[in-house]
Amino acid sequence: MSNFINLLIAGLATGAIYAIIAIGFTLLWQTSQTINFAQGEFVMVPAFFILAVLNLGVPFWLAILAGFAISAVVLGVLFKKMLVDPMLRHGVLPLAIATMALSIAMKESVKEFYSAEAQPFPSIIPAGSIDIFGVAVSLQSVGVLVAAIAGVIVLNLLLNGTSLGHQMQATAQNPSVARIIGIPVERMIMLTFLINAALVTFAALLVTPIYLAKFSSGEVLGLSAFIAAIVGGFNQVRGAIVGGLLLGVVDNLAAAYVSTQYRGAFPLLLLIVIILFRPEGLVGRTEERKV
Amino acid sequence: MKTTTLISIGLGLAIVAALLIMPLYMARYSLYILSMWAVMTIAAIGLNLTLGYAGQISLAQGAFVGIGAYAAGILTTAHGWPLLSVLPLAALLCFVIGWGLGYPALRVQHHYLAFVTLAFSTLAFLIFRNEEWLTKGVYGIENIKRPIIFGWNTFRPLPFYYLCLAALAVTTALTWWIVHSPWGRAFLALRENPLRAQSLGIDTRRYTLMAFAIGSAFGGVSGVFYAPLVEFIEPGAFTLALSLNILLMVIVGGSGFFFGPFVGALIAVLLPEWLRFTKGYYLILYAVLVMILLVYSPKGILGFIEGWLADRRTRRASATRAAAEPSLRAETQS
Repeated sequence: MSNFINLLIAGLATGAIYAIIAIGFTLLWQTSQTINFAQGEFVMVPAFFILAVLNLGVPFWLAILAGFAISAVVLGVLFKKMLVDPMLRHGVLPLAIATMALSIAMKESVKEFYSAEAQPFPSIIPAGSIDIFGVAVSLQSVGVLVAAIAGVIVLNLLLNGTSLGHQMQATAQNPSVARIIGIPVERMIMLTFLINAALVTFAALLVTPIYLAKFSSGEVLGLSAFIAAIVGGFNQVRGAIVGGLLLGVVDNLAAAYVSTQYRGAFPLLLLIVIILFRPEGLVGRTEERKV
Repeated sequence: MKTTTLISIGLGLAIVAALLIMPLYMARYSLYILSMWAVMTIAAIGLNLTLGYAGQISLAQGAFVGIGAYAAGILTTAHGWPLLSVLPLAALLCFVIGWGLGYPALRVQHHYLAFVTLAFSTLAFLIFRNEEWLTKGVYGIENIKRPIIFGWNTFRPLPFYYLCLAALAVTTALTWWIVHSPWGRAFLALRENPLRAQSLGIDTRRYTLMAFAIGSAFGGVSGVFYAPLVEFIEPGAFTLALSLNILLMVIVGGSGFFFGPFVGALIAVLLPEWLRFTKGYYLILYAVLVMILLVYSPKGILGFIEGWLADRRTRRASATRAAAEPSLRAETQS
């Protein structure tokens, strides 16, 4: 039983990280029809930004701030201006393929310019374990879960509780009407890219101490986030949360109780089942098809 | 006959002649590279049918190459089958699996489809790696022999290259036939406007499945020649990276252009050799070049050339018209 609770909490913790990555992914899709196949690499790279700044000998908190700033410029502004804006008029698919090329470029750049070896990464959460219902649970897992939930709540307050958030939602739902009623649509889209950059950096801070910083670690993270987004519902932020948590738990429990060899297969089977029987996702809405 | 048609026929003949004669003077390694180009082109032609003609994205072509390669590896080494008898079996196997993979395509489009096929690709890799009784797992299958066909021994690089080239020629002819048959037209209708195609009485369901199945079968054929070409196969060769690579071949060459896969595969196979001096930076350069190409010409290299030719033609036509105009005016005045 104690084993089960530990697995469950660890699963929820990884699931919460997947959810954060998936939220950024769905936000980009909603406001600018960008399917970012490099989203996993977007989580891998900020860890190396922070490590590179740490190597200069600055304190960890400053390196984290620098990491957020560099991500905002590179993964937010430059990504939008240099790849998304010129590609968008060509349609969804060419842009998606361009982000696949981007993911290769990012992975190989980290490998060549930093290191091909996995790098240790300092944790913002202290090691140790705490007692929950008489079961010793890793503090790391609980901390990640709490931090991720806090992050999601902040984002929700921003999206639903502020005028800025409402303007962003209007932009996502209907850009032309939003423009007519005076919402600065371009600025709102840019803001989504910045929020995505902040989310992936946040996810990097939570996940890298567990899995180490490695050029290839984005593959699994990206795939899991895509699956979470689709399982939950592509056009809903809460879909991404449901999908992420479910995926983390299924992944961890299946690995422990069914088969470690086929660990990677369960999320994929979940994905295929969802797409075949409920393509709009567990809590999503159907997207209308246009002729 | 128009001069452009004559030029294209001449160019085509010159390329075929070069592919037949040049290898006679080539070193072992160059022959290997050229054979790899032929094999990869077959896989890319298949994906071009699915993606370029029928408009269904697939990130699973590498998995089908893997299925074909493992079918060839297992049946020729452990069961002593001749390679050419594996060919129809591998093609049929991939056809059936591809047909099955097409079912999600009936329900979802674009990015969803990309993820389903991506999931399939990863599942196939897990099976190659984990089912050791069948695939020998991470140890891979060694000593895959090149075939002897009716007494013609293809052990050496040159004859084996000719075998790959022959396979490519047959595939090309078959594709030409498919594309110019009613099927090909139905595929195009499916890509341009699925709902309209349906209202015109095209069974979009059947053609979507067909596009996946035929494209996948080509992937299997490519795998059957891939295995004896490299003589050793292991699961790591058939990861998502291969599927992505084949997809980029189709996109870079020009998705939906008949000769797009030939150009794309040539670049994907040759560029690492040309950029060898850049060492590890080659993939970064390739990825950046692909992004730049996509920004300027999402229809790939052939799309770029076509646009350039069309541009020149209209410019020349308007120049002729401008030159003709004064004389016309002169005639009407007199």
